[in-house]
Amino acid sequence: MVGEDPGVAVAEPKAAALSLSPDQQIALYRQMVRIRRFEEKAAQAFMRAEIKGFCHLYIGEEAVAVGALSALEQRDAVITAYRDHGVALARGTSARACMAELLGKRTGCSKGMGGSMHLFDRAHHFYGGHAIVGSHTAVAAGLAFAQQYENTGGITLCLLGDGAMNQGVVSETLNLVSLWRLPIVFLIENNEYAMGTSVARSSAGLPLVNRGSAFDMAGRTANGMDVEDVRASVAEAVSLARTEHLPTLLEVKTYRYRGHSMSDPDTYRTKQEIAEQKKNDPIFLYRKRLEERRILTEDLAKQIDDEARAEAQDALTFAEQSPEPDLELAFSLLFSPEDRIDPVPRPRYSDI
Amino acid sequence: MAKITYRQALNQALAEEMERDPAVFLMGEEVGEYQGAFKVSQGLLQRFGPKRVVDTPISEAAFSGVGVGAALYGLRPVVEFMNWSFSFVAFDQLVNNVGSLRFMSGGQFDLPIVFRGPSGGGTQIGATHSHCPESWFAGVPVLTVVSPAFPEDAKGLLKSAIRSNNPVFFFEGERLYGLEGEVPDAEFLTPIGQARICREGGDLTIVSGGYSTHTALSAAGALAADGKEADVIDLRTIKPYDFDRIAKSVQKTNRLLIVEENKPFAGWGAQIAYDIQHRLFDWLDAPILRVTGLDIPQPYNAKLEGQVLPNVERILAAARQLLA
Repeated sequence: MVGEDPGVAVAEPKAAALSLSPDQQIALYRQMVRIRRFEEKAAQAFMRAEIKGFCHLYIGEEAVAVGALSALEQRDAVITAYRDHGVALARGTSARACMAELLGKRTGCSKGMGGSMHLFDRAHHFYGGHAIVGSHTAVAAGLAFAQQYENTGGITLCLLGDGAMNQGVVSETLNLVSLWRLPIVFLIENNEYAMGTSVARSSAGLPLVNRGSAFDMAGRTANGMDVEDVRASVAEAVSLARTEHLPTLLEVKTYRYRGHSMSDPDTYRTKQEIAEQKKNDPIFLYRKRLEERRILTEDLAKQIDDEARAEAQDALTFAEQSPEPDLELAFSLLFSPEDRIDPVPRPRYSDI
Repeated sequence: MAKITYRQALNQALAEEMERDPAVFLMGEEVGEYQGAFKVSQGLLQRFGPKRVVDTPISEAAFSGVGVGAALYGLRPVVEFMNWSFSFVAFDQLVNNVGSLRFMSGGQFDLPIVFRGPSGGGTQIGATHSHCPESWFAGVPVLTVVSPAFPEDAKGLLKSAIRSNNPVFFFEGERLYGLEGEVPDAEFLTPIGQARICREGGDLTIVSGGYSTHTALSAAGALAADGKEADVIDLRTIKPYDFDRIAKSVQKTNRLLIVEENKPFAGWGAQIAYDIQHRLFDWLDAPILRVTGLDIPQPYNAKLEGQVLPNVERILAAARQLLA
């Protein structure tokens, strides 16, 4: 059984998604389970102080990254905020490279320089994990600008939290992308809380998706606990971006079961609220749905879960056994080699 | 050699590099239809079109971030700040993103981007428009900080900055845009990290940069009337600065005066003074002195602003103190 299982069957039977084959539906399910098991393993590693600093878990929000990224092509760009483990995994970054980064190891996807909040994977067009709230939305617009400039046909998906919507740079960026008709989708992962401050206590003009209308952006909402609903909404927004060069602001309602980060005592909401939300667990609901569609058997579900557990354990073992980076490596990452001008001297001013 | 203005030199550098590489584009407030707030981009929109000469709203944080994203993707943005003092609303993009993304991604992404525009005072536009943030940005480990004083270097350094695979913060001077100087007709690049010797003398070394180089040169001329001759070194690149060139001069003159327009506390001259005392202690015959902007916000009043900026009188007084 999947972790965090509320044990209550509330899944609504839905018609099979038109465009999703049984294999695709299984793949969505498998991806969510992978992320859940990875995050549970990360939580354990954090409790054992193998992971230090901040560690923001994606548990409860799996359907958002999995559904959204399943609607993209490989050439598209993905960028997100600091709750980035699930996004990186859904984009194709290996569990080993992600876990090794959480442990600060040389084999991590950012060579141990970034940590939990700063996962990057160029090969998969994943432009990071960004930890200054709202800051990356402007960078995302730059990715979309470059895609348009180079006429690649690609689009950019930028995930951001509900809290980011109150940063000035986000409003500036929404204006720019609409003005310039950039091929981009902004997906607000509204998990109800910006750290410990609820949306209601931080934001006027709700729902947040309304903010886009001030800039003539297309606006959509989706149920972030329903992976197929997220996928369908993102697919529409992606199509608008790709074919019409129209940006969309998409608000996806979701919920995180764990604290803001591992160091959050979670005192700003009740246990009842969390328990109530867990009835909408995206993995549990999707499993029920796939069982009703007779796509997923108990055996297959168990096999998927076993594989996800094994993958997470393998990732942690790999990370534990990986070497630490050293200062030599760190200094080597500062500058790109020059190949169009004479080498620039790069003294270390800290040297004595 | 043709005699052109500093403004025209920058314009030529932009045009040549945009001609050379389709990935280079210019973005900022009023760079296109307005032809540039200081006419640095005059004619570029007509020549390269709106795709590559991009007018932005007044949104420094957003368009700086757009530059970052475009650079991550492989383009070579030149982002203009109408005034470097306006860059502060984009400080997060400049310090956190430009300053960290290559490193923090384990070296996966390059940031071939230039941020440029005028900095400094002297035009009576008050405290909010007269900052010299060169030293602030030089405090970020990966940033290269360039500040040419002459048209030739403005052109050669901007071309180098655009071709660099690393982020370059390029500081021009509003008071320098109309300055004329000889610029080679043939294609040339000025190397990043090399100082220029503007005047030679054996009694004293004066190190300066940007507009202050010209003030230092005026002071050196006045000093000659005392029978004292100064080496005047124009840094051209603030970071990494040309330690070897300064050291060579100090080993000849044994006296160092630093002239910098920024405020005194932790200005770039403090770093140079530290390095020289640390590595050439035995070569110095007098304490290193710095003439900086006075330690107050920039006043509007003309007479006061003239006193706040490094001026010939204060440089001469410091030089005489060093030579006494």
